Amino acid sequence: MNLDSFLLMRHELLLLAIILLLIVAEIFIPPNKKQSIVHLAIFLFGVHTLIGFLPVDENNLFGGMFRTNGLIHFFKNVLNVGVLILLLQSADWLQEKIVGQNKGTEFFILLFSSLLGMYFMISSGDFLMFYLGLELSTLPVAALAAYETVNRKSSEAGIKLILSSALASGVSLFGISMLYATSGSIYFADIIQLVSATNLTSLGAILFFTGLAFKISLVPFHFWTADVYEGAPISIASYLSVISKGAAVFILMILLFTVLKPLMQVWENMIYVIAIATMFIGNLFALRQQNMKRFLAFSSIAQAGFILLGLIVGTQLGTATIVYFVLIYVFSNLAAFGVVQAISLQTGKEDINDYEGLYRTNPNLSLVMMLALFSLAGIPPVAGFFGKFFLFTAAASEGYYFLVFLAVVNVTISLYYYLLVVRAMFLRKSENPIPFFRSKVYMRLGLLITVIGILVLGIYSPLYDYIYELSGIFN
Amino acid sequence: MNFSNIILIPLVPLAVFLLLGIFNQKIKPAVSGYIGVAGLLTSTLFSFYTAYQYFFVHGKINGVYQTFVEKTVWMNFTETLRIDMGVLIDPISVMMLIVVSTVSLMVHIYSRGYMKGDDGYTKFFAFLSLFSFSMYGLVLATNLFQIYIFWELVGVSSYLLIGYYYTKPSAVAAAKKAFIVTRFADLGFLIGILIMGYYTGTYDFEILNNPEGDAILNWASTSFMGLSALTWGLILIFLGGAGKSAMFPFHIWLPDAMEGPTPVSALIHAATMVVAGVFLVARLFPLYYFVENGFALNIVAYVGAFSSLFAAIIAITQTDIKRVLAFSTMSQLGYMMLALGVSGYDDHEGLGYMASMFHLFTHAMFKALLFLGAGSVIHAVHSNYLKDMGGLRKYMPITHITFLIAALAIAGVPPFAGFFSKDEILVAAFEHNKLIYFIGVFVAGLTAFYMFRIYFGIFWGKETKYERKPHESPISMTFPLMVLALLSIVGGFIPFSEFVTADKATFEAHLNYPLAAVAVGVGLIGIILAWIFYKKENDLADKLANFFGLFYKWTSDKFYFDEIYLFVTKKILFNLVSAPIAKFDKKYVDGTMEGIGNKTVWTSDKIKGLQSGKVQDYGFAFIAGVVIIALVFIYLWTN
Repeated sequence: MNLDSFLLMRHELLLLAIILLLIVAEIFIPPNKKQSIVHLAIFLFGVHTLIGFLPVDENNLFGGMFRTNGLIHFFKNVLNVGVLILLLQSADWLQEKIVGQNKGTEFFILLFSSLLGMYFMISSGDFLMFYLGLELSTLPVAALAAYETVNRKSSEAGIKLILSSALASGVSLFGISMLYATSGSIYFADIIQLVSATNLTSLGAILFFTGLAFKISLVPFHFWTADVYEGAPISIASYLSVISKGAAVFILMILLFTVLKPLMQVWENMIYVIAIATMFIGNLFALRQQNMKRFLAFSSIAQAGFILLGLIVGTQLGTATIVYFVLIYVFSNLAAFGVVQAISLQTGKEDINDYEGLYRTNPNLSLVMMLALFSLAGIPPVAGFFGKFFLFTAAASEGYYFLVFLAVVNVTISLYYYLLVVRAMFLRKSENPIPFFRSKVYMRLGLLITVIGILVLGIYSPLYDYIYELSGIFN
Repeated sequence: MNFSNIILIPLVPLAVFLLLGIFNQKIKPAVSGYIGVAGLLTSTLFSFYTAYQYFFVHGKINGVYQTFVEKTVWMNFTETLRIDMGVLIDPISVMMLIVVSTVSLMVHIYSRGYMKGDDGYTKFFAFLSLFSFSMYGLVLATNLFQIYIFWELVGVSSYLLIGYYYTKPSAVAAAKKAFIVTRFADLGFLIGILIMGYYTGTYDFEILNNPEGDAILNWASTSFMGLSALTWGLILIFLGGAGKSAMFPFHIWLPDAMEGPTPVSALIHAATMVVAGVFLVARLFPLYYFVENGFALNIVAYVGAFSSLFAAIIAITQTDIKRVLAFSTMSQLGYMMLALGVSGYDDHEGLGYMASMFHLFTHAMFKALLFLGAGSVIHAVHSNYLKDMGGLRKYMPITHITFLIAALAIAGVPPFAGFFSKDEILVAAFEHNKLIYFIGVFVAGLTAFYMFRIYFGIFWGKETKYERKPHESPISMTFPLMVLALLSIVGGFIPFSEFVTADKATFEAHLNYPLAAVAVGVGLIGIILAWIFYKKENDLADKLANFFGLFYKWTSDKFYFDEIYLFVTKKILFNLVSAPIAKFDKKYVDGTMEGIGNKTVWTSDKIKGLQSGKVQDYGFAFIAGVVIIALVFIYLWTN
């Protein structure tokens, strides 16, 4: 491997180095100083995130198994920023609950391994690399979901996630084998040339699609979501709903727009129907939730339905709006999960009712939560509005007026339940409100970054232009 | 030109606003006053530096002032139709920087004394800074949309400041009234902006105002109901200007706005925000002049002249001194409008334009002084009404002298500032429109009369028995009075035609002695009449009021305009239009919506069984989903 290819795989290699470093650190740091591993990991990952912003060339490696370009690079940076925020928000939880059980280092190693899998997945140039990446990104998360071993619900979440994802990846692999059977190649570049719309390839594409649809939690592959989010530690629920979902959306988008382009007439209709089903099911279930984690689980299902509006467009515009939407979604959802995390850590309370009167006792947290929910609901001038706005205009520009209409109906429904939480925090009074507390500095920093993102990303228009420019690469 | 310091002029007050607004509770009142003054002082220094650089160093090439623009694209619709954010430097924007800075700084200093001990002291300075930021943004705007954004920001700050005493119902009502009335006018403004954008393809002032540009050369290419579309656009834009500048019939908010603290009245409702309408017409002056041969400009002239006369008549009978000043402001704004209305474009023809800007400048100084003086008086006697005042000259010598200077200035007595600017206006009117000229001269007489009526009423007249002996205000209040008095004395000697002209080329303006003599004579008659009526306590004024009888009553009730508006809105609009719509809304629209909402919740309840919690069910749903999707999209729904 020469220096050029080293630079091309910079993200992967650096993260791998961090993982190895953490293993070494685990060995050499004495047990009574294990707390410092959290600082070390966050510091290393922060440096990694910063280095990630250095520009990278566009090229292929390993005979086309691994590829990178501006957009992929940009998206890896988005994932990095997301994970960094997540680590900041999880630091207190790790220090208080996990390090004491001597499981701190493993947490980072598992989480980073999963992220490494995502890097390979979105950089993949053939189905083999894709599948390895997919598995590497999923398996550690199942372990993490069951991480609070004393908590039965956490174990339940882990087993549900591993069973469901085994099913999904089996079906997906079956689909890939059909594509291989018809085209004789597993390289994306070859398959684009060779594949044509026959029943067998269509079936292969649909089966393959379900694997990613599972990760994005599209209806009817979404059932695991709420149970796993509820049981898993909040950091992991947050990771699943933001990072894992984002990466899956990204690679699905690339594959649909390039490799499976010849089958567009099949997946176009499919996505149309799934988009409608996902938006409605997600929103209707979210209406009734009492637990914040389940609530956010269904809300994130509904958000995935909105993303499909961009997927159906299938052009540079579609790519740009999806990446932009995911970017904003990362910040908004992490802000919401961050507040849930902070409150849960201090008080153990996770129900919407518990949030009543929060504004009186913890105004700053309530404001962060409000901004996050406004952004998720798409209320101007916060960033979420622009994300949805671009997504809807993209779909409308391709003539999907009815779909956009249904999406708008769903935005209205979602507004209702997002505002339920805002009402609980601001308007309701409680006899027993969550008392005032101050989070530690990592948590506050994590929330601050998300708030800045929510407030600035939408207004700062050159960002969208930049993403749009990058998006030309896949069309 | 160096734009890095110009951009700081609006940004410093914005920073102060954010600082004081966010840390409202944590900053001590005394400190917040200093922060506010320091911020404005910075902006003022930059403004004066900019003015010096522009007028004396960089601005003029071959005797013509250049326009400097620095902007970034904010929103792009087409190559030319786009919304920029930036600063535009030309003679009127620089002049406005000076006006806004000077008055705002004086008001900031004055407020430190006037608002002392008030609960919302920090909040007050935060609002003042917000206003200053908005006003700077307005005068520096590079295009119609940017000016509209700041126009509304100015409106919001005005709303906040009028309603500053928010526990007082009358203040809240006045704030709402000001906001709603100007919003109605601004609706016209917005439609006007859209018309301009649609028919000219740009919002940019530079392109719109270019005398060789598309908008001015091809105005006749579109027509709507007998006038060109651009004329309609300009008339609608003027509606917005008329709202802010309290022109008839949008004037009803201005007298009520006096519910705000007096420094606010001085800053916003005398010197800066209310001249925004005049500034707007001046900003688009080439369009107003050239499009349809000045049709829209004629409307400006007549609306201005009528408002000027109308307000001056009302001012005579008001007994609240701040309301007298409010109507006087309206009257003087009408003067500025009429001056613009009678102005030409080239060279000396543009005298009216120059005179209007000149009067805007001098009026800002002496009217701010009058308001601050009135504030000083109110501070001393705790009342707005003339009946509670009298003989104050002995107790408040500085206030008395400075108020007298301002009154002489507004009455047009040489050598005070108002004499020069008013004279130029009357000359311009005389040359273009005799009717407007005679209105102007008559208003000049009325102005002198009502102004000296309150002057004698406050400082001479009857000896009122005061419960607490009135005393002169502290130095923080008298210092701004003295500065503004000085400016009211020397302001008239500025050779304005060297700086601000319609076509940006300088010309020589001379006093027209016969016309000046007439104006001064009329002014002196007004003063003398006021002397006879009000200097000593007597019943002449009452006799006169009885002589006019019904007319007096109409005037003192402001010709019942408030009542007319109330009748139209409450009796006609609310009963005949709003009530049926509200009923329909409640019964059918709400009913439908609630029905949909209930159905949604019901559906949500019914489907919750799908999520059983058993992983085998999930697996079944997964496989069933795959099979159904495959069947449907491979065999049934193919296209």
